[in-house]
Amino acid sequence: MLRFIGKRLVSLVVTLWVASLVIFLSLEVVPGDPAAFMLGLNAQEDTLAALRDELGLNKGAVERYVDWVGGMLVGDFGTSYTYRTPVAQMVLDRVQVSLPLALYALTLSTLIAFPAGIWAAARRGKPADIAVMGVTQLGVAIPNFWFAMLMVLVFAINLRWFNAGGFAGWDAGFFAAMKSLTLPAIALALPQASILARVMRSSLLDTLNEDFVRTARAKGLTRGQALWRHALRNAMIPVLTIIGLQFAFLMAGAIIIENVFFLPGLGRLVFQAISARDLIVVESVVMLLVFAVVLVNFLVDLAYAAVDPRLRGRR
Amino acid sequence: MNRNLVLGAGLTAIFLLAALLSFAWVPQDVTQMDIANKIKPPSAAHPLGTDHFGRDILSMIMVGARTSIAVALVAVGIGMGLGVPLGLAAAARRGGWLDEVIMRANDLVFAFPSLLIAIMITAVFGASALNAIIAIGIFNIPVFARLTRSGALSLWTRDFVLAARVAGKGAARISFEHILPNVTNLLIVQGTIQFSLGILAEAGLSYVGLGAQPPTPSWGRMLADSQTMVSFAPHMALFPGLAILLTVLGLNLMGDGLRDVLDPRLRRDRQ
Repeated sequence: MLRFIGKRLVSLVVTLWVASLVIFLSLEVVPGDPAAFMLGLNAQEDTLAALRDELGLNKGAVERYVDWVGGMLVGDFGTSYTYRTPVAQMVLDRVQVSLPLALYALTLSTLIAFPAGIWAAARRGKPADIAVMGVTQLGVAIPNFWFAMLMVLVFAINLRWFNAGGFAGWDAGFFAAMKSLTLPAIALALPQASILARVMRSSLLDTLNEDFVRTARAKGLTRGQALWRHALRNAMIPVLTIIGLQFAFLMAGAIIIENVFFLPGLGRLVFQAISARDLIVVESVVMLLVFAVVLVNFLVDLAYAAVDPRLRGRR
Repeated sequence: MNRNLVLGAGLTAIFLLAALLSFAWVPQDVTQMDIANKIKPPSAAHPLGTDHFGRDILSMIMVGARTSIAVALVAVGIGMGLGVPLGLAAAARRGGWLDEVIMRANDLVFAFPSLLIAIMITAVFGASALNAIIAIGIFNIPVFARLTRSGALSLWTRDFVLAARVAGKGAARISFEHILPNVTNLLIVQGTIQFSLGILAEAGLSYVGLGAQPPTPSWGRMLADSQTMVSFAPHMALFPGLAILLTVLGLNLMGDGLRDVLDPRLRRDRQ
């Protein structure tokens, strides 16, 4: 097990290192001088030079890369070109919206998908199964930002149950904050729940065909008992993987949904930074998101190996 | 006949035909503004209503279908064009350094959610339909490389491949003459699925302004325009969204149907 963790850890570090190179190099070729962009057309040459110096733009590429990566390792993400505040502080403010949103959506998706998938598998071929499969087929095909707009129309504009957008802030209290994240979380969760319910169903159906389930039935367990006591636990492995992968999609999907609901999260920060040519912010936030995705997949791999010893040997 | 396949192919055909038809004829020119008739609900003259510039929404959807289909199709083309040869090469040199490099590079692309790639590309090169294609296409490469490799790996152990080797054929020739035809079914099914994901991705990108730029109509852009008017002009949001939903649904059903027809081993699961 230690060997397995070690190997996965090495691959995690290598992936992150290469990712940081890719991000740095691709933003390195961006045309335009951030200093010129910030000071406008009428800037004096010596002011420009001073600002470039202040931002560290005069150093060589290698030196700037080392500064950037070295800084991130100790929690220093650099200073935003436009806001003149530490990127780490900006990110920290925005994470308080984005992370709860992703976790809220993940929780909803799991809470919807598990019962739906289990129900469909237990009633295979019956109307319940057909209904779940039909609804999930729609759920996979619906663009989540459009679904979000429809929900705003129904629940915010017509019924007035929720605000159409904006974030109440955690200072307004837990429930007020969660309420403003509810519609976005549902919009994010629906497609993910559809996929997850389908994976749950097919994984459970596969497991129900296995010999150990037949043995359990032969011992006298009913179909339901065999499903709950034996099949479900074994069917969880592919489901766990998908939940891990979905985290990546939730982080990315949140970028669009945050724009629908005007939520001050990481996604909106990235968009504002792009239009202001604030590349250090783009660089750091993208790197942070990649780190989150790689880390979650690493943890899922570990969970996987802990649950199923057969997987430790394989890659 | 497979019901999913018929329904899916039918839905897909409607939007393909609408896109093709739009080259020859649309109910109303989409570059013409008609402010006197702006934000009109559906009527005989405008079956799906008009938008905030008085443009006919049906015509916009027809022309927008071109953008969606073109972007998704080229993105799948990029994914297949680069991913399939990489997957074939990785399988031909299985266990070697080439295989290792290709598969690790794939892992790396998977670490970047596709939208992040798109955002970075936009940050570097600016927003355009072409950059949306590249962003979606890059993400398709590892999908096809992985699929081709796993399909090809099992084929390399088969007798007919051994026979080809005995006949003196090299790895490259075997890959193209014997392996590739046998993974085509897999590729067709995955291609349909990636096509539908591409349509969704394009809609998302143009919704946030990173895809096709105005005046080129695109479904995502139409939804973005309608957002502030949804309270008094819901038709503006409803129809472009339905167009996306039905196209993606059609492609997904077609993918499911094709899998059932092309790969009978998977059929037991559905009955």
